[in-house]
Amino acid sequence: MKRIGINLATSLFIFGGLLLVWQGIIWLFTLQPYLLPSPLRVAQSVVENFSSLMTSLGITAVEAAGGLAASLVVGILIALLFAQSPWVRKMFYPYTILLQTVPIVAIAPLILMWFGAGLGSVMLVTFIICLAPIIANTTQGLISVDRNMVDLFLMHNASRPQVLLKLRMPHALPSIFTGIRISAGIAVIGAITGELFGGASRVGVGGIGYAIQYASSQLQTDYLFALVLAASVLGFVFFFITMFLEWYFLHQWHESARSLDEE
Amino acid sequence: MSTGAVSKEDLTAAAANTAAVSTVVEPAIAIKGATKRYGTRTPGATVLDGIDLTVAKKEFVSIIGPSGCGKSTLLKLVAGLNPITKGSIAIDGMTPEAAREIVSFIFQDATLLPWRTVRQNVVLGLELEGVAKARRNEKADAVLHLVGLAHVADKFPRELSGGMKMRVSIARALATRPKVLLLDEPFAALDEMTRDRINEDLLRLREEQGWTALFVTHSVAEAVFLSTRIIVLAPHPGRIAHDLAIDLPFPRTEATRGTPEFERYIVEVSRALRGVSAR
Repeated sequence: MKRIGINLATSLFIFGGLLLVWQGIIWLFTLQPYLLPSPLRVAQSVVENFSSLMTSLGITAVEAAGGLAASLVVGILIALLFAQSPWVRKMFYPYTILLQTVPIVAIAPLILMWFGAGLGSVMLVTFIICLAPIIANTTQGLISVDRNMVDLFLMHNASRPQVLLKLRMPHALPSIFTGIRISAGIAVIGAITGELFGGASRVGVGGIGYAIQYASSQLQTDYLFALVLAASVLGFVFFFITMFLEWYFLHQWHESARSLDEE
Repeated sequence: MSTGAVSKEDLTAAAANTAAVSTVVEPAIAIKGATKRYGTRTPGATVLDGIDLTVAKKEFVSIIGPSGCGKSTLLKLVAGLNPITKGSIAIDGMTPEAAREIVSFIFQDATLLPWRTVRQNVVLGLELEGVAKARRNEKADAVLHLVGLAHVADKFPRELSGGMKMRVSIARALATRPKVLLLDEPFAALDEMTRDRINEDLLRLREEQGWTALFVTHSVAEAVFLSTRIIVLAPHPGRIAHDLAIDLPFPRTEATRGTPEFERYIVEVSRALRGVSAR
């Protein structure tokens, strides 16, 4: 815990230094606020637009969380199917890779066109971008069970569902969390990408992506900065929630989560 | 009609009688002409060739041999975890698959489920067989007490030493009250002191519970200390080269290892082992 305190102090110190450099560059080159607003102006903008900033943040958070949750449920179900036989895996796994390689910015306009602007479509974009890491990691976790452990279960006449529930699923849990961590990082990006292609039909009620587009068209660079900052903070929050859940479920028995314990 | 019924009854009685007699003389493990081949065409892929081995009840039989002699494969065949190519295996008169309720397998590593506490690991077999929770926890605690690990029942495997993990593995195997124990080089990864102590405990548990053991090992000293009989396998293909009785008196303890008889058996088995390895 002491080390975390020291790390936090160091991080804050660096943050302060960066703000000073930022302000220094503006003074040195006498930049116009619409090109690069000062930290102070950004802070002012946060205060002035606080309620709409929070609305945008809330919408994006819901979209990202919804898409991530859906990808988790569907991804685990698909992985369970994949774990049933090598044949199923061989037939369908290439499509999982396809899912990962298709550029989301190319798919997003299509989805928005098909399903119309709004929360659901953006969630769908997020869902698609989050799905592949969940499937890949969960499948890996389910099938990488030690042969002797499976034999141990067979020696006790365990049924297939018993092997799945009492052996493969718990064994896959750390891998599932690895998948969630990757997907949580890109969920916010997916949501914002979706919003950029039409996240809302009315001014001032869209998510961060929509607000970014609006602010840039109005040359509200200070608010644009505030939005970028908010998006980063949201990504951070997602990451920390995942880390906490991972620690909570695994720290008693798993090595990866244990290393967090010792810091 | 009535005579027919009587004779039928007689037949049933006679059959029951034969069954009763045969369970008395039935060996714990009967292996006849066991052959294991991988693939059908290449003759070099024969791992085991015509193994004949009968293990009587309460015997402790060790299988020893150079790598490639198929000793672990033989154990997997007896467990029914690997299908046999030719020949037959009977455990207490049953097929290996049907006999699983009276057989426990102890693996090379402890194979504990890391997400379960020690007690939860020990109850695994009982849990899979549908024993009620209170009852199985009771049994687990009793068997943990037997292996001297009652104080770590609520710990997770990662908190235990290698020797303790192996003791938990033994406790788990014994929790289902097996008649036959199959052990696949279980103590190979342990240091010698720990291994010796676990060997002594294993014999004490056998004395108390009276199971039959088929034990695969690399270690001559371990085999001599534990066994009533040692089977030396020759490799390529795996077949029985020697069948040596170990007539050291029970109970065997620490002191047994210092006796000249023990030394003599070590020399004898080592020589037999060298003989099959040389070729």
